[in-house]
Amino acid sequence: MMEERQIVVPGETIASGNEFLPGDGAWRDGTDVVAGRHGLADVQDKHVRVIPISGAYYPKRGNTIIGTVVDITFNGWLIDFGGAQNAFLGVSEVPRYINRNELREFLDFGESVVVKVWDVKSRGVDASMKMRGYGMIEGGMIVSISPNKVPRVIGREGSMVKMIKSATGCDVTVGQNGKVWVSGKDTDSEVATKKIIDFIAENATIVGLTERVEAFIKELGLQVSSAPAKPNDGVEVVEENTDSEENVEGDALSSVPSEEGKE
Amino acid sequence: MLRGTHSQVYLPRKAKNKMAVEGLYKKRIDGRKFDEVRPMIAKVGVVPSADGSASFETGGTKAMAVVRGPRTLHPQHMQNAQKGVLRVSYGMMPFSVWDRIRPGPSRRSEEISKVCEWALSSVVDLSGFPNTVVDVFIQVPKADAGTRVAGLNAAAMALAHAGIPMKEMLTAIAVGKADKTLLVDVDKAEEDFHDGEGATDIPLAVTSRGKEVALLQLDGKISPSELKEAIEMGKKACDDILKVQMEALKNLNGGEDNE
Repeated sequence: MMEERQIVVPGETIASGNEFLPGDGAWRDGTDVVAGRHGLADVQDKHVRVIPISGAYYPKRGNTIIGTVVDITFNGWLIDFGGAQNAFLGVSEVPRYINRNELREFLDFGESVVVKVWDVKSRGVDASMKMRGYGMIEGGMIVSISPNKVPRVIGREGSMVKMIKSATGCDVTVGQNGKVWVSGKDTDSEVATKKIIDFIAENATIVGLTERVEAFIKELGLQVSSAPAKPNDGVEVVEENTDSEENVEGDALSSVPSEEGKE
Repeated sequence: MLRGTHSQVYLPRKAKNKMAVEGLYKKRIDGRKFDEVRPMIAKVGVVPSADGSASFETGGTKAMAVVRGPRTLHPQHMQNAQKGVLRVSYGMMPFSVWDRIRPGPSRRSEEISKVCEWALSSVVDLSGFPNTVVDVFIQVPKADAGTRVAGLNAAAMALAHAGIPMKEMLTAIAVGKADKTLLVDVDKAEEDFHDGEGATDIPLAVTSRGKEVALLQLDGKISPSELKEAIEMGKKACDDILKVQMEALKNLNGGEDNE
């Protein structure tokens, strides 16, 4: 069996033996479990999967995504979120009653939304905004980063996002598709937030990122409040970089603006 | 094996490295062994804005590949509702050879695009992305024979880098024959060898795991047994190339700080 979390190449054997089960990005060849894509091999309780480290964004159920309305059909909206197909947001997935003839009143072409991936089918993605924290985007700006850098912007259990929020006073909503919605009281604080996010994305592979970001925030003339910087942040980069989906989902939700009040 | 119509009788040759060759091509121009690949350089992530990109260089040949997608395929009538479409475009840059190459699609580049597409579609699995397209763009900035195989090597790395589901990797090599000598990774001078039996060029692509042949073309003359031997030599060389490809894919962003 392979050591923990190693980069694998398609066709490479990750584990041998019938007791191993191929999961996402892995397939079985005889007794071997083989990588079916490029990424980090992750073996947990005989369950083998490959975590993406590069490439385009693939939607997963439960992800928070930020996108733009590109089409309006008779019963919903099509949302472009930078994936292979557009996401469909039906009228019934919107938290209030909408007259089917007046879809544009609620969401018009070009408007942006924060939605949850409700279902991923081979033909496309179904989205929902029924839960708290999801909805239309009004004001602020959307910063684009690589979807593979999103876990670093969120940080362990949302630590990085919390730090940015407390430093700039802006609401920061991170979409798993690499779109980050920044909304603050003035443009200056939003621009500062954008700079910090771009800094994280640029230095995503650096060890000890939290300290670097703290220094960068001070450089911008902002205060770093007692951010919950984990002492082991620099050491366990692999862990942080590739948090399991469950964690990442939770992280993204914690960064949804409506929960901001708790901090 | 031998049929009556064959005028030539194949004599088993000696061990490859000793190569007491009876033909006219006794020594390679660049001093390589007959089964030796030119020095290789593979890089991944050469085009940051793309979903996946890679470059592959052997000797005087360099190919770059960029992958974009999966994305919605237009026009709609080209879409496949069952699985994604792989689309490969190959082109040589005008300055890639000593004499200028006219830019734009040509008979040759269209054909190579197509065979590369067929070769790559035997390893990629786009069943998860119906109605979409994955575009692979192969460009050749430096050409010294074997451009389509260098392009395939780069394209396989770029597809992996783009996170496209693939059952295995693809590795390609051009084997050939100059007069009576079997060669691995022929260069331009060997491809243009005119004496004796002349030159034979066999581009070959092999999958990394199943060692199956995904592309096999032949330009020139070769006996069936020699062809078999050439393919075996090519498969062996592909193992070396695969190591270079894997090395590049495992050292994204230049090493350990990625992890």
